[in-house]
Amino acid sequence: MFGFITRRIAMALVVMFVVALISFLLFRFVGDPVNQMVGIETTPEQREALRQRLGLNDPVLTQFLRYVLGAIRFDFGNSYQFKQPVADLIGRRLPATLELSFASAVFALLLGVPMGVYTGLNRDAWLSKLLLSVSLAGISLPTFFIGILFIFFFSVTLQWLPSFGRGEVVTLGSFWDTGFLTISGLKAIILPAITLGLYQMTLIMRLIRAEMLEVMRTDHIRFARARGLPNRSVYYIHALKNTMVPVITITGLQLGSIIAFAIITETVFQWPGMGILFLHAVQNVDIPIMAAYLLLTAFIFVCINLIVDILYVVIDPRLRTERSRT
Amino acid sequence: MSILDIRGLTVEFPSRKENFTASRNVSLSVDAGKILGVVGESGAGKSTVGNAVIGLLESPGRIAEGEIHLDGKRIDNLAAENMRKLRGKRIGMIFQDPLTSLDPLQTIEFQLIETIRLHLPLSRAQARAHAVDLLDQVGIPDPEERIAQYPHQFSGGMRQRVVIALALCADPEVVIADEPTTALDVSIQAQILKLMKRLCEEKNVAMVVITHDMGVIADLTDHVAVMYRGDLVEYGESKQVLGTPKHPYTQSLIAAVPRPDVKVHRFPQVDYIEGSAKPFKQIDISTHWLGKVRDYKSVDGPLLDVKDITMKFLTRDAWISRNRRYFSALDKVSFDIYAGETFGLVGESGSGKSTMARVITGLYHPAGGTAHFAGQDLTSLKDKKQVLAMRRQMQMIFQDPFSSLNSRMRVRDIVAEPIKFHKLASTNSEVSQIVDDLLEHVGLGVAAATRFPHEFSGGQRQRISIARALATRPRFLVCDEPTSALDVSIQAQILNLLKDLQDELGLTMLFISHDLAVIRQMCNRTGVMRNGQLLEVADTEELFANPVHAYTKELLSLMPGMEGLYRQNLEEELS
Repeated sequence: MFGFITRRIAMALVVMFVVALISFLLFRFVGDPVNQMVGIETTPEQREALRQRLGLNDPVLTQFLRYVLGAIRFDFGNSYQFKQPVADLIGRRLPATLELSFASAVFALLLGVPMGVYTGLNRDAWLSKLLLSVSLAGISLPTFFIGILFIFFFSVTLQWLPSFGRGEVVTLGSFWDTGFLTISGLKAIILPAITLGLYQMTLIMRLIRAEMLEVMRTDHIRFARARGLPNRSVYYIHALKNTMVPVITITGLQLGSIIAFAIITETVFQWPGMGILFLHAVQNVDIPIMAAYLLLTAFIFVCINLIVDILYVVIDPRLRTERSRT
Repeated sequence: MSILDIRGLTVEFPSRKENFTASRNVSLSVDAGKILGVVGESGAGKSTVGNAVIGLLESPGRIAEGEIHLDGKRIDNLAAENMRKLRGKRIGMIFQDPLTSLDPLQTIEFQLIETIRLHLPLSRAQARAHAVDLLDQVGIPDPEERIAQYPHQFSGGMRQRVVIALALCADPEVVIADEPTTALDVSIQAQILKLMKRLCEEKNVAMVVITHDMGVIADLTDHVAVMYRGDLVEYGESKQVLGTPKHPYTQSLIAAVPRPDVKVHRFPQVDYIEGSAKPFKQIDISTHWLGKVRDYKSVDGPLLDVKDITMKFLTRDAWISRNRRYFSALDKVSFDIYAGETFGLVGESGSGKSTMARVITGLYHPAGGTAHFAGQDLTSLKDKKQVLAMRRQMQMIFQDPFSSLNSRMRVRDIVAEPIKFHKLASTNSEVSQIVDDLLEHVGLGVAAATRFPHEFSGGQRQRISIARALATRPRFLVCDEPTSALDVSIQAQILNLLKDLQDELGLTMLFISHDLAVIRQMCNRTGVMRNGQLLEVADTEELFANPVHAYTKELLSLMPGMEGLYRQNLEEELS
């Protein structure tokens, strides 16, 4: 087990190194950073001085080394637009995105898993058919459209929930602004979380349904029934656990994309998270932010993959290869 | 008084078009401590009877008529919840495939204790002690230690023992075993049958054994019921039914079982079995494309000469070569096959016989040794042209007729593909004429050409495989367990077809099987394999009469016995 984890971490480091290289090349070769930073009236001498100060005249390898060392210490340089350290900018936005992603992942899992189990076991029930067709609508409508529909119904017409922003936030520690501790913060997160999690919920539901249908046909489920086990233990102890490996894979990857690609939802609901920051960075060619965002996203995916790999082994004893077959 | 009494059982599977009757008016009974065999081929409805007794008919199946009584009480009309309480407690069940019968993600301990505590009022510690005791009874060594392991850490035979322990854990009165040994090797099968017989006597359990294997019936059962297409055609004491079968179907079924004791030229086929009498036109091989252009140069000496073939599989990879672990699948195997003969390879699973087939056909590259085919070294074929030329001369027929055909291709395209690939015919019309002839010749008929593989039964698909193999006009066929997935009557047809083709085309065959009786009927010479080693090669008749190696003797002694049955036949013929 230990050897397995170390091997996985080593692989993760390789991935991170490659991403760092790409993100550095982006920084170095997409446009001229100096042009982005200064106005048109700057003299060539001033430009050269700035170039020298930023270390852009050093050999590429030195620059890359400096970039990696900086990244390890969360130093991604200064944003071109805001003239502030990128780490601070992201740090201030990160909690909002993470809370939104967390809430939508919880929503997707809490509804998706039971719905998947139900539709898998009662495939002919009218409720299953209803859930499947409604979820089909959920999966085929684009996120921004659903978000706007929600705003129209729940914020404009019914006026139950706010249409934008995070509501009141409480600062925990030095930088973590949380919306989970105030009523208005909780109300504000409902609509964006559902909008963001709807697609994942449908996906999880359909995946679990398909896996359940598959597992319920296997011999060991028939044998469990032949042993007289009640439905409850057949379904939840023997069947559900056997559906978990593919479900964890997909859920893990989806969680990654929730965090990384919350951009559209954040834009629709004016959620002050990283998505909006990134969008503005793209519009203004703010390369340090884009590069840091790239690294961060890769880091999140790598971490999730690592956790998924470990969960596989925890769930499925057949993957524990170290112990030899007897 | 019988423990289990089935009266006039009719099971239907209603569908939109018509009701399919899986079993019709079946009446059976079993006493405590006795074993009843239910025998028949696929689709006979034998499993349906077992499933009906334990209340696990697959939807939408239902008992249309009849009653099932357990110890004098009617159980077929019990509510689902009451029926569930009977399962495992009073009626136990054993399934065919021990590899899939256990939940792979839970330990044996969890599954045993879960079942024991469900049925018996025991504490966790008591249940565990009972579980260990059960594992000991079914013959699992070190039960204390092994109980904590997961199913994948047990071998197939050991897993079936665990399954039996699970079925017996609440001391049921009736145990239904659905093909309990079909997935096991012959030596393991003998052990499991012995175990079942012992437990049945010790625990005074009434056992119903559902099987297609006449050998199992002969070895194990007191009474036997023969089923055919949902009907109970013959029912009586095993000795009587097997020795002097009355119903023509029983007679044909027994006749179709390959005899391990005498070599016969052809397998007996009885018209009672569906599809045996096919009035398809036979093409005249000597003038046909199939037999005409056989431009292979003849060889002196053996056609295939295998010398010291070694094959290793990597089981644990490592950067340092010293740390790598290998599984030795073939260990210096040497034999030769002469033109026109059938060479058999027999052995249990994992003995390396299929690996050998794949090495010869070029699917695996051996780690060492040589294999000369018609004087050319197979292990060092230079370019693609040589490889293709070799492939054309050798074709393979696989075990599983369901996965060895591309389900998205029509039969015509499946058979035509090798002809087109090797450019053996000049025009499309010629190709389709050849395909039609081939399909006729293997007994399928031209009409099969436009259909898809899933429309055919297992035996018919195996005929398609044979037609496809013949389509390159090979001179060497490798048959890897070609009939082990088929019913005995179908097996007889396929084996006869292979024999006919061999006579007509002068084919040379490598015939791989785990079934000694089939080997005896098919092969001129036979090699016995175990753990990657070839232990003994001899003329087949000599091998059966005077086996040299201890393992060969063991294998022969373990064949599920039909001896009693044949002896009786013989006595009757003599008297």
